[in-house]
Amino acid sequence: MSIQQRTGSRLSRLAAHLRPSGIREFFDLVVGMDEVISLGVGEPDFPTPWRICDAVIQSLREGATSYTPNRGMVELRIEIARYLEDRYGVSYDPHEQILVTVGVSEAVDLAMRCLLDPGDEVLVPDPCYVSYAPCVELAYGVPVTVRTRLEDQFRLMPAPMAAACTQRTRALLFGNPSNPTGAVMRREHLAELARVAIEHDLLVVADEIYAELTYDGHHVCLAALPGMYERTLLLNGFSKADAMTGWRIGYACGPAEIIEAMTKMHAYTTMCVPIMAQIAAIEALRNGEADRARMIGEYDQRRRIIVNGLNRIGLECFEPMGAFYAFPSIAATGLTSAQFAKALLLDQRVAVVPGIAFGAAGEGHVRCSYASSIADLRAALARMETFLGRLRAGEVEVPQ
Amino acid sequence: MREQILQILSTEGRAPAEDIAERLGLAPGQVAEAIADMERDGTILGYRALVDWSAADIERVFAFILVEGTPEHGVGFDRLAQHIARFDEVHSLHLTSGSADLTVVVEGTDFRDIARFVAEKLAPSPGVSGTATSFVLKTYKLDGKLLGEPAAVRRLAVSP
Repeated sequence: MSIQQRTGSRLSRLAAHLRPSGIREFFDLVVGMDEVISLGVGEPDFPTPWRICDAVIQSLREGATSYTPNRGMVELRIEIARYLEDRYGVSYDPHEQILVTVGVSEAVDLAMRCLLDPGDEVLVPDPCYVSYAPCVELAYGVPVTVRTRLEDQFRLMPAPMAAACTQRTRALLFGNPSNPTGAVMRREHLAELARVAIEHDLLVVADEIYAELTYDGHHVCLAALPGMYERTLLLNGFSKADAMTGWRIGYACGPAEIIEAMTKMHAYTTMCVPIMAQIAAIEALRNGEADRARMIGEYDQRRRIIVNGLNRIGLECFEPMGAFYAFPSIAATGLTSAQFAKALLLDQRVAVVPGIAFGAAGEGHVRCSYASSIADLRAALARMETFLGRLRAGEVEVPQ
Repeated sequence: MREQILQILSTEGRAPAEDIAERLGLAPGQVAEAIADMERDGTILGYRALVDWSAADIERVFAFILVEGTPEHGVGFDRLAQHIARFDEVHSLHLTSGSADLTVVVEGTDFRDIARFVAEKLAPSPGVSGTATSFVLKTYKLDGKLLGEPAAVRRLAVSP
């Protein structure tokens, strides 16, 4: 009897059991509809700044289409090191401690596969980005959620983090600033996490892709804190701050031993990040500051509009200080987040992502992205206000 | 604060003060007052619709005239520039570096109209020693706006 006959499936158990993300399901609903204002978008509405595209077009004319070193072009790694040093005061050796990856997505995947033995546990916040727990599972690890609360502005707190640690806990994987909540952990908050990480000898994988999108204050890299440099993998990239989501490029920085291991794996599975994306990234680092500042200034304005607007129409929303998401509470409506999102979509053609898609602690909330024009945000808020009125009046058909 | 307000108004001339205030996290009264001050002191010269005349199918022609002039003692080109600027046909006027001294943007109903203005009014102005006229044949970008803008980038409706 073959394995196929014994297990009844061509697929591995892992593949067969991997759940599609809750976002995927909602996406299918939205895609068929016209005239939807979507606040469910996790990427900038700006195209990549033209100077970056222009640099890549020029490089194509010059025939830059080959493989690069596995770790990434040395010019890019040098620029990354310089940027991190100048902007955040963290120093990494571009030759030993930086790996250019296919987005932060690939960096998370590689990190998990390099750090975990089967059954090892990884702490992840709840709610958190949809890929964290699945990436832990894909590495045969066990994700252990640590609940975050509205009362703490959805910051990861040291007490529940410590309580979740066991003999098998290897690492913490978290995002700062956070998708979906927009929560930002400042130096004092990170210092408390650091204490727990050091005490339990954890490695921390810090997804800082939204670092530049920090409002009212400067982002602090976890790796900059005392005792954390040697136990932190700093992940960052270009998707959000430079509007380069489609280019699929990011990077991991950390202890040489870990970066070396990740590079080995990356060399086998990916070879290298596309050269065009790397050239784009070099241009972004060398000349992208003004464009970044312009876009982030826009996001900040939109942030104020959406947070004021949500509070004004009765969806209580704490002020998010990072990323481009608001995470209002829909508890007052008595609906689940999935019901709310579906009903709002069908009744008023506004798409928001149900909080449950990001974890059990996301229930009672929805994620509203403000990476859209001010006109769209105002129109969406008006429609949401109409929806809430109709809901209160019993005029909305609530889905199961 | 002024710079931020001007940044918005220079691209969105009709943005209300309350809207600007909300976006910048300022008090509406503060913003309204700042705008009024800037209108009074000439920082804000006015509000205009940015029009693509060709799209409106209305005949408007523009030309760039490079003017060589004779600078005057004590005032340089100021007197000449102020004289030329007062013509209604003159849309914009700048003192520029390079081969010309003044760069004049002239607006007219057709090419002959502009040519007549240059020959009869501009070139003979006292102090003008030479002119070179370039007519605008086609405009691709105007005051920061791309004309005939391609359709907006289509993002996935929902993404993580």
